[in-house]
Amino acid sequence: MIKYLIEKEFKQLWRNKFIISLIIILPCLVMLVFPWTTTMEIKNLNITVVDYDRSPVSAQLLNKLSSTEYFNFTGLASNYSEALQHIESGRSDIVLEIPASFETDLTNSRSSSIMIAANAVNETKANLGTSYLTAILADFASQFGGEVPVNISVESSYRFNSTMDYKIPMIPSLIVLIITLIVGFLPSMNIVIEKENGTIEQINVTPVPKYSFILGKLIPYWIIGVVVLTLSLVVSYLMYSLPPQGSLILLYGISIFYILGISALGLIISNYSTIMQQAMFTIFFVIIIFILMSGILTPISSMPQWAQSIASVNPLTYFSEIMRMIYLKGSSFPDLIPYIKPLFVFFVFIITWAILSYKKRG
Amino acid sequence: MMFRVEVDNIKKNYGATEALRGVSMRVSEGEIFGVIGPDGAGKTSLFRILTTLILPDGGSAKVMGKDIVADYKQIRPIVGYMPGRFSLYQDLSVEENIDFFATLFGTTLQENYSLVEEIYSQIEPFRKRKAGALSGGMKQKLALCCALIHRPQVLFLDEPTTGVDPVSRKEFWYMLRRLKEQGLAIIVSTPYMDEATLCDRIALIRGGKFLKTETPQQIIADFDHPLFAVKASSMSPLLRQIRQIPQVLSCFAFGDTHHIVLKDKGIDSLQGKELLSTELERRGFTDVHINDIAPNIEDCYMYLETLNS
Repeated sequence: MIKYLIEKEFKQLWRNKFIISLIIILPCLVMLVFPWTTTMEIKNLNITVVDYDRSPVSAQLLNKLSSTEYFNFTGLASNYSEALQHIESGRSDIVLEIPASFETDLTNSRSSSIMIAANAVNETKANLGTSYLTAILADFASQFGGEVPVNISVESSYRFNSTMDYKIPMIPSLIVLIITLIVGFLPSMNIVIEKENGTIEQINVTPVPKYSFILGKLIPYWIIGVVVLTLSLVVSYLMYSLPPQGSLILLYGISIFYILGISALGLIISNYSTIMQQAMFTIFFVIIIFILMSGILTPISSMPQWAQSIASVNPLTYFSEIMRMIYLKGSSFPDLIPYIKPLFVFFVFIITWAILSYKKRG
Repeated sequence: MMFRVEVDNIKKNYGATEALRGVSMRVSEGEIFGVIGPDGAGKTSLFRILTTLILPDGGSAKVMGKDIVADYKQIRPIVGYMPGRFSLYQDLSVEENIDFFATLFGTTLQENYSLVEEIYSQIEPFRKRKAGALSGGMKQKLALCCALIHRPQVLFLDEPTTGVDPVSRKEFWYMLRRLKEQGLAIIVSTPYMDEATLCDRIALIRGGKFLKTETPQQIIADFDHPLFAVKASSMSPLLRQIRQIPQVLSCFAFGDTHHIVLKDKGIDSLQGKELLSTELERRGFTDVHINDIAPNIEDCYMYLETLNS
């Protein structure tokens, strides 16, 4: 019985060219484009230099700065206030002021002070720019056996992303997002479309048990979810040569539960909705909250307490953490148990609810 | 004698709206039972209750001796339901729809071919076509085919001929007669009064209540008031004026004439004409044509409606 229900879903799906192309194009597009755009790295900062020294040493420093890809020279200013105007007009993000005694200080006392001023309208940009610049200066000073006074001294070691390439940590998160979007949205439209077309009436007068009906609806999305996952993995491997560090079987095993859970959530919304717009906006609302409160975009630990409690009941929190752990750290099953447990509870709860919420009679 | 469908005092409310206010009926094997009434009279609610899609708020009903509330699971395999709106999968082909519903009922087209043969043979040439691309008449035949695919004992047809052309309507009623010969009990609803005479028995429904349940012939025979058709050049002032005449029980616009029912049952046709023409002349109508006519189902419906309001 379930077999025929699934067969029917696939026939309908197959004839809907839009959905088929969505399932194929969306993961490819997201995996190809978004790792580049969602990066946290700052490049091409515009820098204005006020060089009072104009010595070979200062020229050497400028040379060093322009050879990195972090800074763009937007010009030399004759004094500090002129440089500030560059910042005000938006031509520049950062100002570097080299004192007149720079060369002498550096060669004699092996120490000099340099002023850095950054436009903090974009705080991340300012912070990162300043620390990049400080690092470059420190490196430069060490050539002279000297030191540039470094106010902030952060010793960081990036263990699972040693090159601090932001494309890599984005990949598992993006896979989670694609799966959530596709297998959340599609099922939420499904039952409500049958309601709008009246076909649900015809199904309801048949002796089909409701668990068969719901499973017949879930399994196709489950298969779609696995296809989307596979597609994303293949694209990210081809594009970024990044295979998951952990076990693929584990990754698929957990994804399968998550996909079923999220599609069941879509079906529940579909069950309670009477028209398509209602279903669409409800799932939209739920998924936006899931994404914003999952730690994918912002760390959960920096959220206020109430938001953290919401995040702690959000299945996306656990699934994205599991994905990152398997993908980047290569974690194994025992490490993942604290994350799998809540995900499994969610899965059982949501499937039961999906079956119960479908009523064959009003 | 066991009835295929027994309905006792069924009630259904939607909030404050009373859709059904105590409806009772009996339908036997090989009978076409018509539920005749306008939109909003409660026809669809009654069908949805009897096909176990919604629960009644009062009363009880049995289909094939099974209670519609307690034994709903046993009822579903033995009834066929064709909703008023075309509700098959538009993106599946004719044969995919048939196969799909056959499978859900655990049967196949071949198994019950004898029952649906006549209908299926008409849509067979289009079996590869998507259901959504069929004409109205073909869609209706496909829907009937799907409703019959599991050889039900009782067939519920909710306004099957609404929005269908006159030729297809005629064909459809012919098919229903053939199905009835195979012993099915058919309950059909329609807003078209002219289809009433094609049923074996009818119930006239209004505002969630049956006005009368009888054979159409008997309903017509029971109409014992004098009935006249009146025509004049200015029809709408005529209607208003006729309703002012104290001897007139009711008057309704009916195509290009007005049908008048007189209160006094003892008046013969000549006296009636006389009475109406003098009354209307007194009210300034000079070009009035009056004929005495035999009642049809719609006259009976209007009359019963007047009595009940």
